[in-house]
Amino acid sequence: MSILFSKDSSGASSKSVNPLQKFMYFWIHNLRQIITSIGEIWRTPLASAMTIGVMGLSLTLPATLHIIVKNVQSINLEWDSASEISLFLNDGLSEQQISSAIRRLRSYDEIDQLRYISKDDAVAEFKSLSGFGEALDYLESNPLPASFIVTPTKFHKQADPAKALLAKLEKEREIDFGKLDIDWLARLNAIINMLEEAVITVALLLMISVVLIIGNTIRLSIISRKEEIEVMKLVGATESFIQRPFVYTGIWYGLMGGLVAFLIVTFVIWWMQSAIGEISGLYMADFHIEGLTFGEFGALMLIASGLGFTGAFWSVHRHVKEIEPDLD
Amino acid sequence: MIKFEQVSKTYPGGFRALERVSFHLEKGEMAFLTGHSGAGKSTLLKLISMIERPSIGNVFINGKNLNQISAKQVPFARRDIGMIFQSHRLLQEHSVFDNVALPLVIEGTYTQGEITKRVHAALDKVGLLSKVRLLPKYLSGGEQQRVGIARAVVNKPPLLLADEPTGNLDPELSKEIINVFEQFNDVGVSVLIATHDLGLIARMKNRSLTLKDGRMINDGLAVDDDSSSKGGIFL
Ligand SMILES: Nc1ncnc2c1ncn2[C@@H]1O[C@H](COP(=O)(O)OP(=O)(O)O)[C@@H](O)[C@H]1O
Ligand SMILES: [Mg+2]
Repeated sequence: MSILFSKDSSGASSKSVNPLQKFMYFWIHNLRQIITSIGEIWRTPLASAMTIGVMGLSLTLPATLHIIVKNVQSINLEWDSASEISLFLNDGLSEQQISSAIRRLRSYDEIDQLRYISKDDAVAEFKSLSGFGEALDYLESNPLPASFIVTPTKFHKQADPAKALLAKLEKEREIDFGKLDIDWLARLNAIINMLEEAVITVALLLMISVVLIIGNTIRLSIISRKEEIEVMKLVGATESFIQRPFVYTGIWYGLMGGLVAFLIVTFVIWWMQSAIGEISGLYMADFHIEGLTFGEFGALMLIASGLGFTGAFWSVHRHVKEIEPDLD
Repeated sequence: MIKFEQVSKTYPGGFRALERVSFHLEKGEMAFLTGHSGAGKSTLLKLISMIERPSIGNVFINGKNLNQISAKQVPFARRDIGMIFQSHRLLQEHSVFDNVALPLVIEGTYTQGEITKRVHAALDKVGLLSKVRLLPKYLSGGEQQRVGIARAVVNKPPLLLADEPTGNLDPELSKEIINVFEQFNDVGVSVLIATHDLGLIARMKNRSLTLKDGRMINDGLAVDDDSSSKGGIFL
C-alpha cells in the first residue's frame, strides 16, 4: 500500500505482489514470529520462570479440585445405583414372626430383593469387616440387631420414592427403624455441589490473576523493548505488526504454565492414589482415582493459552500505543 | 516533494516551536535545514514524518496533504520516507544485516532472497558490505551512521530526512556521510538534512533553509510569502 506515492511513480517498494503471495508471506512471517517469540521467554529466564511457575500453580488448584469433584461424583454414581434400605428388627422376635415378615415384605411391589441378616450373621459380618470381633466375645449377649437389607425397584431407589418406602416399611410392627443410604448420599451431593461452586469461584479468581500476571510480564517486556518499538514505528511498522510477537509470547507463557499445572496435577494424583491405596486396602476395595483425560488435558491447555493470549492482548493494546517515537 | 503552507506548531504546554513556516522542496532536490539549537529543525522534520501534526497550516508530500492521513495510515506513509537520526538508532542486539533488513521485513512482501539482495545492495552503496554479519557495537560511529543510512534507503524511498546525521562525527567523517547523501540525491532521491553544523553547509553548494526561533528567515529562495506554490526559483 503506497499512500504518498502512486504505484507507477517512484514510491518506495514499487514491487507488486499478488494477494496469494501476500497471504503466504504473512503466514511465513507469522510462523517465524511464533518461533522467535519463544526466544523472548529465554531472554529473561528468571522472570519468565516465575511467571510460568505462578501460572502453573494458579491453574493447579482448580484442576485438582475438578479431579476431586469428578472422582467423588463417580463414587456417587456407583452408590446411587446400589442404594439399599437397611431395616433393623425389634429384639426378641420368633422365627415364625420373622418369616411371615419376610413373606409380607417380599410381596411389596416396591421391593426388588430382600436379604435377611440374623443376629448371628450380623456378628460374623462385623467381625470380618472390622477386625474388632474379639471385643464382642466379652459381651454377655449379642448387641447387634437382626436386619433386612432391602433393594428397592429401580424407581423406588430415587431419593423421594425411597423415603416414602422407608416410612411405609417402618410402620411394619417387626421393624424397629430403618435407614436409607440416600441420607448420606444427599449430604455427599450437597458437598459436591458446594465444591463445584468453590471450583468455579476459585477458578475465576485465579484466572483473573493469571491474566494480570501475564499482562504485567508482557508490559515489562514491552518496556524493555521500548527502543526497538520506537525504531520499528519510525520505519513504518503497524501497531499490529509490533504487537503480534508479544501476543505470541503471552500464548507461550500460557501453554508452559498449563504444562506445569498438568505435571503438578499428575503428581498430586499419583500421591493421593498411593495415600488412598493404603486406606482402601482396609475397606474400600481397589479404589482408583481417575486422572485428567486427554480431552481435559486439551481443555487445560486451551484455557491456559487463552489466558496467556488475553493477558498479553490486553497489555499490548494499552502499552504499545503509549510508545511514541521521537527523532532522538 | 515537500511543501509547507503557513505551518505553525504549538506543543502541549503552549510553546510555539514553528511560526507560519512556508517553503517548497522540489522533487530531486537536496537541501539543508539549519538554525540554532532549539530553532525548530527537529520539529519541522517531525511534521514531515508525522511524529507530530501541525497546529495550523498544511504539509504536503508529493502533493498529498498530510492532514488527510489517518493515524492508521501513518505507518504505510512512513515507508515512503527514509529517516536517519543523530544517534543512528540501530538495534544493538541485532546484526547489521537484520538492522538494514528491518523495513523490508516490516513491509512483509519480500522473499528471503529478495531481502538478502536488497540489504547487500544497500550496504554496498554505503561501503559496508564486509560488515554485514557484525553487531553494531563493533562498528565505528561513522560506520554505524552509514548502516543507519542503508536502513533508510533499503526500500528505495523517494525522500530522505536526516536529523543531525553528522552531530557525533568529526568534519572528515561528516563530509563522507554527506557524500553518501549526495550519491542518493544524484539518482533522484529528494534529501532534507537538518544540521547546525554551519561549517559543513559552507563547504556545500546546496540550498539551505534557515530557522530562527521557529520562523524561516532564509530559505535561499526568493521570499514569496503567500504563494509558496511558486517556490523553487533560485535567487
Ligand atoms: N515534545 C515537546 N514538547 C514541548 N516542547 C518541545 C517538544 N519538542 C521540542 N520542544 C521545544 O521546541 C523547540 C524546538 O525544538 P526542536 O525542534 O527540537 O529544535 P532543534 O531541533 O532546532 O534544536 C525547543 O525549544 C524545544 O524545547
Ligand atoms: Mg533537533
